[in-house]
Amino acid sequence: MTTTVEEILERKAHAVTRDPEVAPTHDIREALFELEAKGEIVVQRVPENHIEVKTKFGRTKKIPVEHTWHHKSCGQCGHIPGYTSSIFWLHRQFNLDYIDPTDQTSCTGWNYYASATSNAAAQAAVMVRNFAAAHETGYFPMIHCGTSYGHYKEIREQLVHHKGLRDEVRRILDKLGKPLVIPEELVHYSEWVHVMRNKFAEKQTVDMSMIRATVHPACHYYKIVAEDAIYDPDIYGGQRTATVTGTLEALGIDVADYSTWFDCCGFGFRHVLVQRDFTRSFSTLRKIEVMKNEVNPDLTVTHDTGCVTTLDKSQFSAKAHDRNVGIPVLSDAQVAALAMGAHPFRVVQFHWHSTDWRPFLDKLGINWQKYWDEFQNDLELIRAGQKSGITWEDADKPVVYG
Amino acid sequence: MPTTLENWNPGKKQDRHPEVTYEEKEKLFLEVKNDPRYEDFLYGCYECGICVSTCPSARFYDYSPRVIAQAMAREDIERVYDIISEDIWNCAQCFSCVRCPRQNNPGGLVTLLREVAVKNGLQETKDVLQGYSRVIYKVMLKGNQVSPDMLQPDFFPDWGPWVQNFSANMPVWRKAIPVDTLRGVTDAAWKTNRKTLLELYTIWFETGNMEIIKEIDEGLHDLLADVMQEELEEG
Repeated sequence: MTTTVEEILERKAHAVTRDPEVAPTHDIREALFELEAKGEIVVQRVPENHIEVKTKFGRTKKIPVEHTWHHKSCGQCGHIPGYTSSIFWLHRQFNLDYIDPTDQTSCTGWNYYASATSNAAAQAAVMVRNFAAAHETGYFPMIHCGTSYGHYKEIREQLVHHKGLRDEVRRILDKLGKPLVIPEELVHYSEWVHVMRNKFAEKQTVDMSMIRATVHPACHYYKIVAEDAIYDPDIYGGQRTATVTGTLEALGIDVADYSTWFDCCGFGFRHVLVQRDFTRSFSTLRKIEVMKNEVNPDLTVTHDTGCVTTLDKSQFSAKAHDRNVGIPVLSDAQVAALAMGAHPFRVVQFHWHSTDWRPFLDKLGINWQKYWDEFQNDLELIRAGQKSGITWEDADKPVVYG
Repeated sequence: MPTTLENWNPGKKQDRHPEVTYEEKEKLFLEVKNDPRYEDFLYGCYECGICVSTCPSARFYDYSPRVIAQAMAREDIERVYDIISEDIWNCAQCFSCVRCPRQNNPGGLVTLLREVAVKNGLQETKDVLQGYSRVIYKVMLKGNQVSPDMLQPDFFPDWGPWVQNFSANMPVWRKAIPVDTLRGVTDAAWKTNRKTLLELYTIWFETGNMEIIKEIDEGLHDLLADVMQEELEEG
């Protein structure tokens, strides 16, 4: 549709006044309920057991505590499995009801952002197929990956605003025998970690007050559809997202600020897989080395798949060039699990990380060698066929360090 | 011809791709402009440069999200072709540029430009994605972008010698994960139902995604199509 000059002049004839009490963007949830009322979509409601938080423009967002369907991350499960196991371990410590589904694909957004070898309809259909699978179980989706979360927020906007896309996706979903379901809220796991942070602190057994950490907020969490991220006036004066930082502070960690906090990690989607000179340079020169020079943290913590991978794996080559690097990288879920006594290898799975994490555990007073030996014993039993693998029975019980 | 003080003329449009007709360039531009998402991504440009100041790629490449927004808004067909054939693959897709005070989404514009470049099988795009085929194979067939068995020293030599431990210990390390859907799985990120994968394949065929793959790599398309069709026929 072409805008006429007359329409533009008419619009500009009125002064723009903005009420600071009113959010500058529309509330997407109202649009979802309108579409539901017209019979176009099904809106899956947040379960009763939820906690309300404030988002960027002061709106209320409901974060489910339990009865959740875990939309896992391919990058986490594939390359940093301790990320995933820590999220589930935390749920299990509170006997929270959840589903770890096999009727789930990844969002395929990593590929879309890397290569664009897809299109809007395919990406939306993949999302809605996953949401329909969650809806069938009655459990509410909790999204582990920052990119899945950001990508799905974008797709939700597109589905709401473009009827043609809705119709096309519905045609495909009809073939699969599924309804077009969109959840009432899109929830990232780090938002669940954020609302649970004080509960974690109550069960904390490892003192972390001697730890200084930096936080890398994940771009796809708070830059894409920015108004959906959690903000808190008590954290950074409400000027940055509160997730991760709020959790670390609740666990007694000293969160140190650094000048390039807004920069991305350098992941690049395609770059991290096939053009890593960019990824390595950016993540070490603009993030790790800046943190190291400015505040010299014991640890850096983030809440997304790609960020953990990039910040951790890029440090080896920078070290080879005598750059000032060497900061272990963990997710907020791994830190919280460790604080509550999760086994460093059976649960947190430190051995999948590359940057040396031993000094961090040493500083916490955790005799990592003892637990590594214990884990090696597990592996020997598995190799010998005396044990099929590590199960929750082996991993659930918190370690009492001392 | 190299740019010198004698021939430098910033006001004069240069046709850097004379081998491509203006009509073809215009066709590509119109494909981008006619995407329903285009109007959500471009509202105008103040030339303030906030997008450039936050852009990671602008620090390392001759790349500017501002130039992309400007060229698209001005409908500068020649410049847009330069962008679609080269610049777009520098973008890191972090979406830091959506800090734009005009509410543009330059990263989103890049996505649209990339889609059109792929759909039309531009040679530069084929070249950029040449080493990427194995990832497309994985994501289309398994529904996962990455899998544990991709952690090989020859694929990630710059991640250090510890990567060798991943591949050497992979089967047993994967069994030593307490999450039921991950335990023992090495060729995908997690266990996925066959029915789920068949639904995914249906989505790829129904949305024309397979035709997109064909434009970029016909051999990969044929391989994927054979496997998926066989699976779908078996039901």
